[in-house]
Amino acid sequence: MGCPRRAARHRPARALPAVLTLGATLLAAGCVPGTDGSGAAGTGTGVATAVPDPAKAGKTTLTVWDQEIRGGTNGEITQLNREFEKKYPHVRIKRVARSFTDLKTTLKLAVSGNNPPDVIQANQGYPDMVSFVRAGLLTPLDNYAGIYDWNTRYPNTLLNLNRVSVDGTDFGRGRLYGISQTGEFVGLYYNKDVLRKAGLKPPRTWGEFTAGLARLKERGELPVQFGNLDKYPAIHTFGVLQDQYAAAATRDTVLGRGTGFDTAATKDAATALRDWMRRGYLPKGAGGLGYDDAAKMFASGDGAYLMTGTWLLADLKKTMGDKLGLMPPPPAKPGGAPVTTGGQGLAWSITSRSRHPEVAAAYLDFLTSAHASDVMTRHGVLPAVPGPAAARVAPDTVDGQMIDGWKRLSAADGLVPYLDYATPTFYDTLSAALQGVVSGRTSPEKLAATLQQDYGAFQRTQRRRHAQSAPAESR
Amino acid sequence: MKSTAPTRAYRRRAPGEPRAVGYLYILPALLVYAVFLLYPFGQSVWLSFVHWDGLTAATPAGFDNYRDLFGDPALRAPFAHALLLLVFYSALPVAIGLLLAAAMSRVRVHGMTFFRTVLFLPQVLALIVVAVAWRSILAPDGLLNDTLRAVGLGSLARPWLGDYTWALPAVGVIGTWVGTGLCMVLFLAGVQRIPRELYEAARMDGAGPVREFLAVTLPGLRPQIAVALTLTIIAGLRNFDLIYITTSGGPGNATSVPAYEVYHRAFETNQVGSAAAVGVALTVLIFALTVTVSRLVEGRRV
Repeated sequence: MGCPRRAARHRPARALPAVLTLGATLLAAGCVPGTDGSGAAGTGTGVATAVPDPAKAGKTTLTVWDQEIRGGTNGEITQLNREFEKKYPHVRIKRVARSFTDLKTTLKLAVSGNNPPDVIQANQGYPDMVSFVRAGLLTPLDNYAGIYDWNTRYPNTLLNLNRVSVDGTDFGRGRLYGISQTGEFVGLYYNKDVLRKAGLKPPRTWGEFTAGLARLKERGELPVQFGNLDKYPAIHTFGVLQDQYAAAATRDTVLGRGTGFDTAATKDAATALRDWMRRGYLPKGAGGLGYDDAAKMFASGDGAYLMTGTWLLADLKKTMGDKLGLMPPPPAKPGGAPVTTGGQGLAWSITSRSRHPEVAAAYLDFLTSAHASDVMTRHGVLPAVPGPAAARVAPDTVDGQMIDGWKRLSAADGLVPYLDYATPTFYDTLSAALQGVVSGRTSPEKLAATLQQDYGAFQRTQRRRHAQSAPAESR
Repeated sequence: MKSTAPTRAYRRRAPGEPRAVGYLYILPALLVYAVFLLYPFGQSVWLSFVHWDGLTAATPAGFDNYRDLFGDPALRAPFAHALLLLVFYSALPVAIGLLLAAAMSRVRVHGMTFFRTVLFLPQVLALIVVAVAWRSILAPDGLLNDTLRAVGLGSLARPWLGDYTWALPAVGVIGTWVGTGLCMVLFLAGVQRIPRELYEAARMDGAGPVREFLAVTLPGLRPQIAVALTLTIIAGLRNFDLIYITTSGGPGNATSVPAYEVYHRAFETNQVGSAAAVGVALTVLIFALTVTVSRLVEGRRV
């Protein structure tokens, strides 16, 4: 074509150097993005000394960003917000509810902006909560924890998962930067009909459980429904397996003080996962099956067990009704202490530049009070600290089983944090390596070595950070 | 040429000669372009020279982020995948589009508008919808495997998106499906502009369908092929939604692509500098490829 568009062609060629020059100029001017954390108000341990009274704060708008958009939790938060506004008529709650993925992409910008929300939900672990603390964007809550008795209300295992060290380096110890409302654990959902047809009872021990898998397979039933297309489900399955071999050591490793991942337990768990695939205990096409699709297939009767979190209870119950049962993964010996992957919902935190930290603290206390627990129970949500209403739930219902399982796990200190908390990149490393194990491409030894490589590198970084911050603290 | 030149100076010029006042006319558009495209791009370039987690103070990185693009296998792989995907996103749609256009221009098809609409439909659908639909087609018990089993090819059935070897081609086929309709419609429009006499002359000279295609249709469609290649290459390289919905880069990292890596690093692993470097490299790659296409295929000199 003969259209003379030569001039237009030149534009990008000229714009590119111009843009590069702009970039270089900005660099040369020495302006770098981000804060060094010095702007944080909360360098102490919180400011309050007495129980804050939101009624005295005058007319206040509390901006809250959360990700509780699913049925049960959304209903529970909506109700509690309404009640809080009723209790303190001059406090208005401006709620921004977004899905977890949306929150992840926008929260950082919002929190580091000039007008941050007062209360946010921060995801535990290095990429989110620890980064926020290092940038000085969250207020430490230790004082409020003392004033409101959060320290006694919550088991230490749970509080620790919301702690970050003073220098913003370590996760799982140090100051308290958030408080969680809900509890969650990866349990064993079972289809009562399928088990009965195969002549099986809900297993009391891990041995009974695995023996049952073989029997289900012989009967032509799918023993465990599983879909790993979305990458993360295998982390939960693998976590449950690993906890059977070494729960306490795994927990220490995740929190940065253990022996690492190149252990017999890691290899044994990976071997078990591979064997389950090979023997057909897990569906053959697991690698190409979505998480939600697997759940749907389990709900429609395809599969005796489904190993996933308590967050799925409401959805499964809707389809399966009385056929559905739930238990923590059974212990090694009858009546023994159960162990599993689990923890708590996202932490509710107060931003350091909030203008109403005391109202925000009162809000956090309200959200996690005994009354709130009862509201959660009524909405079918598992509260981190079950209240009176939870005790009244019939123990033979699946909700009762969930609450009972949670209580037993908490009492026995049987919760092991999500493995992807271990390092900032561990989600990628672990989920990719596990997809390899599931497909049979990655050997258990290779998995252990890959995990350890990531873990070891991060531990070296951590040690260097500690060495740097130690002289600064002694000053 | 100075903008303050007296008006008389313009009169002596031939009409159509560039004049400084022309810049005034493009100013509004240029402003919008600069604010929403040039400035953010400059910012990305700047960010690609720092290490930044998105929150705490950034530290200068020099060329570290760019060196990683070549040195780090986790960053090299996405670019290799993207180039391989171009076969599916660009080469195949153009080839199939040409075949369809050639066939449709020779044979009178009844209900041509219907076929054209159906083939063009994927272009109209949001890519999210396309991705969700194909995810269920490619599922272990999805339409594709069911069909294979029904015709006795059950041994070929596999969890397509979860298979290390087949996940990338499977995602690629979706791209082919999306791109083919666009190419065909472009080529059909182009074929109609080729003078009939050329075909008649070719036939009189005794050219068969293949010869006719090579001697008349293909050269006549050169500009359309260039446009189709440019559009599909850009769509293929910045492909994010399809990957995000279908595989999230898995299994392992078998389907990770640069655009997904940008999102992943910027928002999920707090490596904003590295994400910016990938983004800039992707821009340069797209620019280089489209310039090459316009030079080689369209025969335009830049």
